[in-house]
Amino acid sequence: MGIDSIPEDVLLELEALRRENTALKQKLSSQSELPMSLEEFRRYGRQMIVEETGGVEGQLKLRNAKVLVIGAGGLGCPCLPYLVGAGVGQVGIVDNDVIDTSNLHRQVLHDSTKVGMLKCESAKEVLGKLNPYVQINTYPVRLSYSNAFSIFQNYDIVLDCTDTPLTRYLVSDVAVCLGMTVVSASGLGSEGQLSILNFASAGPCYRCFYPVPPPPSAVSSCQEGGVIGPCIGLVGVMMAVETLKILLNIYTLDNFKPFLIQYSGLPNQTLRTFKMRGRQPSCKACGEERIITRDTIEAGEVNYEAFCGARNYNVCSPEERINVQEFENSVSLDGKPRQILLDVRPHHHYKISHLPNTFNLTVKELRDMEGDMSLLQNKIPDIHNESEVLVMCRYGNDSQLATRLLKDKFNIMKVKDVRGGFFKYIDDINPSLPKY
Amino acid sequence: MVNVKVEFLGGLDVIFGKQRTHKVSLSGESDVTVGNLIDHIVDSMIKNPRDKDVFIENDTIRPGILTLINDTDWELEGEKEYVLEDGDIVSFTSTLHGG
Repeated sequence: MGIDSIPEDVLLELEALRRENTALKQKLSSQSELPMSLEEFRRYGRQMIVEETGGVEGQLKLRNAKVLVIGAGGLGCPCLPYLVGAGVGQVGIVDNDVIDTSNLHRQVLHDSTKVGMLKCESAKEVLGKLNPYVQINTYPVRLSYSNAFSIFQNYDIVLDCTDTPLTRYLVSDVAVCLGMTVVSASGLGSEGQLSILNFASAGPCYRCFYPVPPPPSAVSSCQEGGVIGPCIGLVGVMMAVETLKILLNIYTLDNFKPFLIQYSGLPNQTLRTFKMRGRQPSCKACGEERIITRDTIEAGEVNYEAFCGARNYNVCSPEERINVQEFENSVSLDGKPRQILLDVRPHHHYKISHLPNTFNLTVKELRDMEGDMSLLQNKIPDIHNESEVLVMCRYGNDSQLATRLLKDKFNIMKVKDVRGGFFKYIDDINPSLPKY
Repeated sequence: MVNVKVEFLGGLDVIFGKQRTHKVSLSGESDVTVGNLIDHIVDSMIKNPRDKDVFIENDTIRPGILTLINDTDWELEGEKEYVLEDGDIVSFTSTLHGG
């Protein structure tokens, strides 16, 4: 049957159906041009219906945002899942450290099966499962003046979850040069602090708050000073809240006022918001005559090591030190040793584990005696100028300072420092003792 | 005579017998300033004179310690020149670096 034999009305009907079909297809495809997939609408629904987020428009701001997190530790771990869960489009994680068992009480993205794994890769593994719509980029490098710019420039905003003044100055300086806002936090013990730096290139930077770094002796790390997991965790979660507020434009140039939030976990939990100074015209990084620029940083002319300094522990000569094997060979730990064994760790460390027949006095307690032998004898009755003393601490740093004090202030000449301290002794000689 | 509350946060309480808040009464012939309060803290409140350099350096508050007057950065309040009033809260907090 040829086309000529099809009745005219059928052909017209066919043509009408074709037109209708095309129109329906167009209608369908315009529906699929929704700004997000239906799955994303469901996933982010609970936050989109909080009016202040700005609904779909706010969600798209999050999806278009690129956030860089420096450090996947005690602050980064509790912060990251909330950013990823909220649908921030791209998240970068910089961390070259590997997971240690002693991290797990607070670094909640990692677990016991991942000890030894890179923290950034462990985080990516968990976060990828949490929200496959987010692109996670990892940088297993130590942040430095030479690599910071190439990493930072791919992002809109940076979260400082690091743990030393040196990197805090570096993060702030680079962010100022690139016009990025910084959410900066820190914690130690049961306390934490949080602020927003270089907000919209108008707010104060880290150097405005702290033009002069603290002396290295006043800087304590979590490893040294200890930290309560949920206390630093809370501060990390607060960082996520502040980040979302920045990305959703809840903070504006008009309403932003520089602040520092101080959280205390003990004795009662308190959260205080301090009103802080604005940008300082005299600031070397963001002030009127700035000398810290991309050029000077990348050329290595901003010497962060010299600026922040370091504690000098190397105060003993090689002859004044013995290794843990020599210590083990010379000391009889079963009976009463002929030497006086002095452990200079803090008392609450000593209480966790220690060697038998040892005395426990801290460097500070020794220093406060000001070389008075009778005060020392109140604590160590048999000690005198001819005593043989072996000094130990956690890693072999404080014990050097104590050795110096005993020799120079108390005139006890036969004092030796045990290299690597109690933990090295445990590693090499007696792994059955508890390390913490 | 002016009565104020002084707080030591961020671990600074260690050099004040681990006591975080203190009530302090200061008398003076003229206005009593935050500078006077700092002198009082250094002379009378730090338990161990060897701890003074934890708090003070080159005659001012050591770098790494924030000073707040009624929850406001003292830089906005005239620093040492601020004249204390009854009920003021002066807080000193050590900057934390751990993460």
